Amino acid sequence: MTTRPLPPPARTTTPSPAARSRGETGPRPPTAAGGRRRIGGSRTSGRTLGTMALKTALSVAPLLAALGLWEVLTANEVVAWLSFDKLPGPAEVFSTFAGQLTNGTYYQDLLSSVRRILLGFGLATVAGVLIGMAVGRSRIAHAALRPLIEVARPIPAIALVPLAILVFPTGEQGIVFITFFAAFFPVVVSTIHAMKSLPTVWEEAALTMGASRLSVLTHIVLPGAMPGIFSGLSVSMGVAWICVISAEMISGQFGIGYYTWQSYGLLDYAGVVVGMLSIGALGFGTAWLVERIGNRVNHWLPRAAK
Amino acid sequence: MSAPSRTAGGARVTLSDLRIAFHGVPAADIDLDVPPGGIVVLLGPSGCGKSTILRALAGLLEPESGTAELDGEPVAESRSQCAMVFQEDALLPWRSARRNVEFALKLRGVARAKRRGEAEELLGQVGLHDFGDHMPGELSGGMRQRVQLARTLATRPRVLLMDEPFGALDAQTRSDMQQLLITVWEQQRTTVLFVTHDVDEALLLGDRIVVLTPRPARVARLIDIPDPRRPGAQFEPEFARRRYEILALLGDSPDSALAASSA
Repeated sequence: MTTRPLPPPARTTTPSPAARSRGETGPRPPTAAGGRRRIGGSRTSGRTLGTMALKTALSVAPLLAALGLWEVLTANEVVAWLSFDKLPGPAEVFSTFAGQLTNGTYYQDLLSSVRRILLGFGLATVAGVLIGMAVGRSRIAHAALRPLIEVARPIPAIALVPLAILVFPTGEQGIVFITFFAAFFPVVVSTIHAMKSLPTVWEEAALTMGASRLSVLTHIVLPGAMPGIFSGLSVSMGVAWICVISAEMISGQFGIGYYTWQSYGLLDYAGVVVGMLSIGALGFGTAWLVERIGNRVNHWLPRAAK
Repeated sequence: MSAPSRTAGGARVTLSDLRIAFHGVPAADIDLDVPPGGIVVLLGPSGCGKSTILRALAGLLEPESGTAELDGEPVAESRSQCAMVFQEDALLPWRSARRNVEFALKLRGVARAKRRGEAEELLGQVGLHDFGDHMPGELSGGMRQRVQLARTLATRPRVLLMDEPFGALDAQTRSDMQQLLITVWEQQRTTVLFVTHDVDEALLLGDRIVVLTPRPARVARLIDIPDPRRPGAQFEPEFARRRYEILALLGDSPDSALAASSA
């Protein structure tokens, strides 16, 4: 049997005028919406050095302004309606921070918090996606689990601290559980919604090609739901930090929340600010990581960030 | 290399008293025999339930009564032999054109090492040699339908179900795609069930045209086309005569318009 391939509608990335007039315009030109590195030229070619400098200035200026305001208020010990006289200034905080950098327990605190976050958030991701898929796709799972989820969801994770202390053999496990509990709901709810908004045609096409149930789940449903799942993961990561810090303040040993609370107890206000800023930096880092991974996984979205 | 998508030949499709209903409202009620290797076009006004018939054949919905059989076996047991080309974008947008085709090959059980080569060959068959690495979002509507056709052929279907596959394309692209379908079909000789509401498309493609009534879809008339798919047939008086006859059946001819205005 001979295969007689038809001529392609357009062979090159710049279609001939004839091909264009036939309505088959070849690949769309790489635009901000559709194009990606693969087909575009140099990514920065269109962006001049000047606009990049402007963009950097736009991001840095508010940070510097906040720092400046802080310095002015604390250096002059302003007491109006708010009192800034006992608040440590930037210089004091910086020297405390520099001292902490040479201190082993500071790193241990950071590491404990990050480990709790990764454990709690990781478990919440796995459980949230699995349960969300089940609830979103199975009527039985929906009937059985949705009421439980909706009743548990409004309970602030931090309200579970007393119970967690009672139930878990170690405080460490209690903190991880509270983090998990907080991070779980945004993931499960966004996964359920992602299940409902999935176009049916992908699944139907796979079914007519002979896909099994498992194959549909792993190759159609999960990748198709990833954009929705990742919007839940971003929210979830933020909530996880709030809860891990609060839990550490109440019942922790080590951890950046514990450090912050200890500093407050010792009237080391500079230490409190160092703790706060450390939390900010860690939260920023993990949020950035989730976003990066999300962009990679969902690179196919028309508006995917570069 | 052997042709990657040679089928075991087209299957005979038999719909016996097939009744489909949604919430008790009948959508289709049809008896139909499709000879193996033929192109049969289901033609009817939009919303008449023609797609519903295809979906029952594809196993995507359960008929209320009656049977749909492939070579005498109920379709539910031979799902992968009835592959469907959809009007909508059914490609997986997170997979490149080639990886979309490879997914179908994987479902057919082709070894991983062989998938890439076969996928390239199938894309070549639909005229997309150099577009394997493009994502669906980077392809035009016509090209996406070509990929969908290649992907569907990759499963080596014994029946190709096509649900208004070219309905969303512009006239010239649509004509190219019709030609492509005929070329591919000549190589595969799979059975094709093609749904459309476009009378010209039906006359250009089909061995047999099944004109359906408005909902619930019933067979209004079977029209056999002698010497089908002959180049230039659309310029002959016979073509115009059949076209007129079908439009009259669909209630869209000058006669019926006249009757409606005088009533």
